[in-house]
Amino acid sequence: MEFNVADMIEWFNKANEKIQENKAYLTSLDQPIGDGDHGINMARGFQEVAGKLSENDYTDISAILKEVAMTLLAKVGGASGPLYGTVFLKMSMTLKGRDVVDGTAFTKGLEDALAGVKQRGKAETGEKTLVDVWQAVVEYFQAGNITADGLVEVAARAKERTKDMVATKGRAAYFKEKSKGHIDPGSASSYLVFEALADVMKEKH
Amino acid sequence: MEYVGIVLISHSSKIVEGLKELIQQVITDVPIEIAGGTDQNEIGTSIEKIISAIDAADQGKGVTVFYDLGSAKMNAEMAIEMVDGNVRVVEAPLIEGAYVAAVESNMGKNLTEVCEAVEKEF
Repeated sequence: MEFNVADMIEWFNKANEKIQENKAYLTSLDQPIGDGDHGINMARGFQEVAGKLSENDYTDISAILKEVAMTLLAKVGGASGPLYGTVFLKMSMTLKGRDVVDGTAFTKGLEDALAGVKQRGKAETGEKTLVDVWQAVVEYFQAGNITADGLVEVAARAKERTKDMVATKGRAAYFKEKSKGHIDPGSASSYLVFEALADVMKEKH
Repeated sequence: MEYVGIVLISHSSKIVEGLKELIQQVITDVPIEIAGGTDQNEIGTSIEKIISAIDAADQGKGVTVFYDLGSAKMNAEMAIEMVDGNVRVVEAPLIEGAYVAAVESNMGKNLTEVCEAVEKEF
């Protein structure tokens, strides 16, 4: 597995498409247990990301990731801004100066992103947050033998598992037991981000 | 005289506008800056607004930052990592915490003393 500059841009373009398509769905997940703006915020943020990436030329991967991070930080507005901002900023720091990343380096990037987002949100797994999806994906990458279908399956399963969890972090935590029975919106948007990555992997084969 | 600055962060600009008004009824010398709502003035918080508020509130004696809900804290922490200066997020209820901080700052106390006074109160 290897990603170059064009693949990275493609990743975020596809993520943007998926988030735009699922804008209403993400918001509908956020309505019963949150403030009902996840789809709107993510759609605004990723739209800006796609716009920024099309305007400029990039020669290294970390510059793309940093652009994504800073744009999401500035434009998302809700809790997803600092969380996704942290994720891609950490990845950008880990992958500094590279125009191509192999599986090992990319896995390290994902690990650092996960560590960063846990620290930022003071969350661990099992708290019904996007950490649940990121943790599952990081472990999948660490295990090796990474395939596009395998990645989608792992991310989907992790997303579904958040449904039965009681939220102890984020806005949903105010709903305590009532947060059960709903998929975590952040896990759902993270799933879309990894589904987009899987699409990029498929196209390369 | 220089004072410890105060930054008020809320998802709603109206909340911090009102709070600033409330504090300034009593305390007028302490720099109080607000970062309410997103860049589009919708409900949410903006890291850029927080950074400008911190810069504006800093007279050289440091800045205390108060916030309303969880995601505002995350944006506040990221903003602090991006600015130079002595800035601390204070864990206290937004309204009462900021009020106590303003009174303490007005007495000429330093950043640590202001933060300790607020934390002791809550």
